[in-house]
Amino acid sequence: MAYVPLADQDSEMEMHHPHSWVTKYVWSQDHKVIAIQYGGIAIAVGVVALVLSLLMRMQLGFPESFDLIDPSAYYQSVTMHGMIMVVYMLTALLLGGFGNYLVPLMCGARDMVFPFLNMLSVWVYALSVVILMASFFVGGGPTGAGWTLYPPQTSMAGTPGHDMGIVLMLLSLAVFIIAFTMGGLNYVTTILQYRCRGLTMMRLPLTIWGIFIATILGLFAFPALLVSAIMMLFDILLGTSFFMPAVIEAGTPLDHNGGSPILFQHLFWFFGHPEVYIVALPAFGLVSDVLSTHARKNIFGYRMMVWAIIAIGALSFIVWAHHMYVSGMHPYFGFFFATTTLIIAVPTALKVYNWVLTLWEGDIRLNAPMYFAIGFIFTFIHGGLTGLFLGNVVIDLPLSDTYFVVAHFHMVMGVSPVLVIFAALYHWYPKVTGRMFHEGMAKLHFWITFLGTYAIYLPMHYLGFLGVPRRYYAMGATDFIPESAQDLNAAITIAALIVGAAQILFFINIFWSLRNGKKADPNPWGSASLEWQTPDTPPVHGNWGDELPTVYRWAYDYSVPGAHADFIPQNVPESVEPTADEEHFDPDHDESKADT
Amino acid sequence: MSLFKQLSEKSWERKGVVGGLNPEGTFESPPERVALVFFLTVASVVFSLFGVSYVIRMSLPDWTPLAEPSQLWLNTALLVVSSVLFQWARNIAKADQQKNLKTAFIGGGVFALLFIAGQVLIWEDLQASGFYIASNPANSFYYLLTGLHIAHLLGGLWVWSKSSIRLLSGGKPEELRLSIELCTLYWHFLLIVWLVIFAVLSNT
Repeated sequence: MAYVPLADQDSEMEMHHPHSWVTKYVWSQDHKVIAIQYGGIAIAVGVVALVLSLLMRMQLGFPESFDLIDPSAYYQSVTMHGMIMVVYMLTALLLGGFGNYLVPLMCGARDMVFPFLNMLSVWVYALSVVILMASFFVGGGPTGAGWTLYPPQTSMAGTPGHDMGIVLMLLSLAVFIIAFTMGGLNYVTTILQYRCRGLTMMRLPLTIWGIFIATILGLFAFPALLVSAIMMLFDILLGTSFFMPAVIEAGTPLDHNGGSPILFQHLFWFFGHPEVYIVALPAFGLVSDVLSTHARKNIFGYRMMVWAIIAIGALSFIVWAHHMYVSGMHPYFGFFFATTTLIIAVPTALKVYNWVLTLWEGDIRLNAPMYFAIGFIFTFIHGGLTGLFLGNVVIDLPLSDTYFVVAHFHMVMGVSPVLVIFAALYHWYPKVTGRMFHEGMAKLHFWITFLGTYAIYLPMHYLGFLGVPRRYYAMGATDFIPESAQDLNAAITIAALIVGAAQILFFINIFWSLRNGKKADPNPWGSASLEWQTPDTPPVHGNWGDELPTVYRWAYDYSVPGAHADFIPQNVPESVEPTADEEHFDPDHDESKADT
Repeated sequence: MSLFKQLSEKSWERKGVVGGLNPEGTFESPPERVALVFFLTVASVVFSLFGVSYVIRMSLPDWTPLAEPSQLWLNTALLVVSSVLFQWARNIAKADQQKNLKTAFIGGGVFALLFIAGQVLIWEDLQASGFYIASNPANSFYYLLTGLHIAHLLGGLWVWSKSSIRLLSGGKPEELRLSIELCTLYWHFLLIVWLVIFAVLSNT
């Protein structure tokens, strides 16, 4: 039986049109409003994490100058900064924010498959954030166990937030995972089942492929975090010994006995490593579309890009123990995980080459989104290369507990996705708001952020080689760290404060432009993908007016020889496109090709 | 179209409408069913990871196996009956019949409730006999795994209760067919999960 499911059947009568302010902006089932809610909460909580990182930097750059930051506050800042940025900011913003906004629009659907579940997802996410933030206000404060939450120290008396803080953290994570699962089932089902007529999987923009595979990774990887959070909660609240070994705390043996902390580490990193790609893959997708649009060229090697996303996704499940070299393991295990780690660099490098080759001979328009996208290529190559160092057991062992690792992962999964997020926010801002942002302010924002990033993280690699340990509240006097390292630390802190302050430019820009920005064209960048072809800008509830679009081509028909404009939207029928005629070819263009 | 063929499509070469006049999903299934299959995969991952943790923790020296009470066999029988009744309801709904539909569908849920009651009784017995959750990792895993399975059943029962209310208040079987079918699939899945848990618990 040919089942005709889909998008068309969801006619107007099935849409849950809002009837009041509350159902329009609060309990909304419109994917676009939900996307903005997700994005808004994620950015707000990200600002909290940014402030925490600045507190840490102030302590490291100018020790003993700030009474406010004692060792406990320092470790609490480290922990909350890490967890918020990775889970509550990056994951939520990329999948909850961009995923919600772009999936139905790029698939030519009216909304997600399950709008009510979608609404539930964002509010359960909000609840998880509230629980997490509540830990700042309970006795003992938030947990200071480090974002990896390794037992047994998470729940021992010496660790800040060992009583309520850690319980709230674990509870919040469990609630977040429930929210993510509700959202994730929606994204996957919508992409698979709600694409409009003519939109085959291989006609989808890479943004959707990135979000699709990242969501599948999330659905399979977050359970590992859920399982470890549940067992750790049992250990803390019910006195079981899943992870807790026999421990003596301040001379008194605790009730626990025989648990395996290494088991927790395996479970945590079985989630933790795919999590890197849960963040990276949507960013890869978004940046591909931004680069292609602003270079006026089709993405280089589309099929390879899709296959690389799938390959990275699959490989990301068999590399986790490279985070555990220092925990000790059988040498063959180390060999296996080092090998898989280096293999995953192959599809990743392929993507980087393809981005660069997309720019090659492109008609590059250097506007703000493109600045951020090209900036990403730099930071990602940089962070990726240091990953090759750390993937090897023998190099990882001496570097693992130093600032080299801090520099590596901030370049590769901190700064890089954030640059893509800025690129994407600026790129889609005209569609979301119907206004243009201030180009000059956005470029200033880029230069301070991009150069500042290097001022912060480049010296950290050097500190790492010197052996400066990470996770230390204060270095104290050591024989092997020269005094100049402290000068470097002070410089890093000043750069971090400047970059932190520069983010105000972004907020001024997006809020100021909401009212004062130039009215945006429906398709200001001349983009070929479907979300720019909506009848209204910003798109109204239901997205497509009376009739859903029909797709006739892939999402990257830029600078097609012989075409009227330098792009052909996906929903333009074949017949409109003039046939390629030799006379229409630009001879200069051809010659330059011959030269190369 | 096969998956490989789909993924090797040269989409930049091919223009025009692909496929028929109507949009087609990747799978010839309602989206609800696709979403449920994904959810079952996620739940399988959760249970599998607990299984792996169980095996690793079991190999440590302080593990004292728990002698599973024989009442588990009775409970298992209750869950099997529950699944059989759901299958019966599904067959009736699929054949567009009405007769016995309410009995089968509501009966399926009631037997699941009896299963849960039976599981809770075993917990109480174990507590009374001094097998507390924290006294040994084998006990901890027993409570954890059975509890998690019950939590999944309760989630299913919430959907079941909504469908039952619609069925009792005169909802047409054809409107409820999908819901009945998905409940059945979910119940079979939870029966298989339970059989695996039971086998692991009894043999270790």
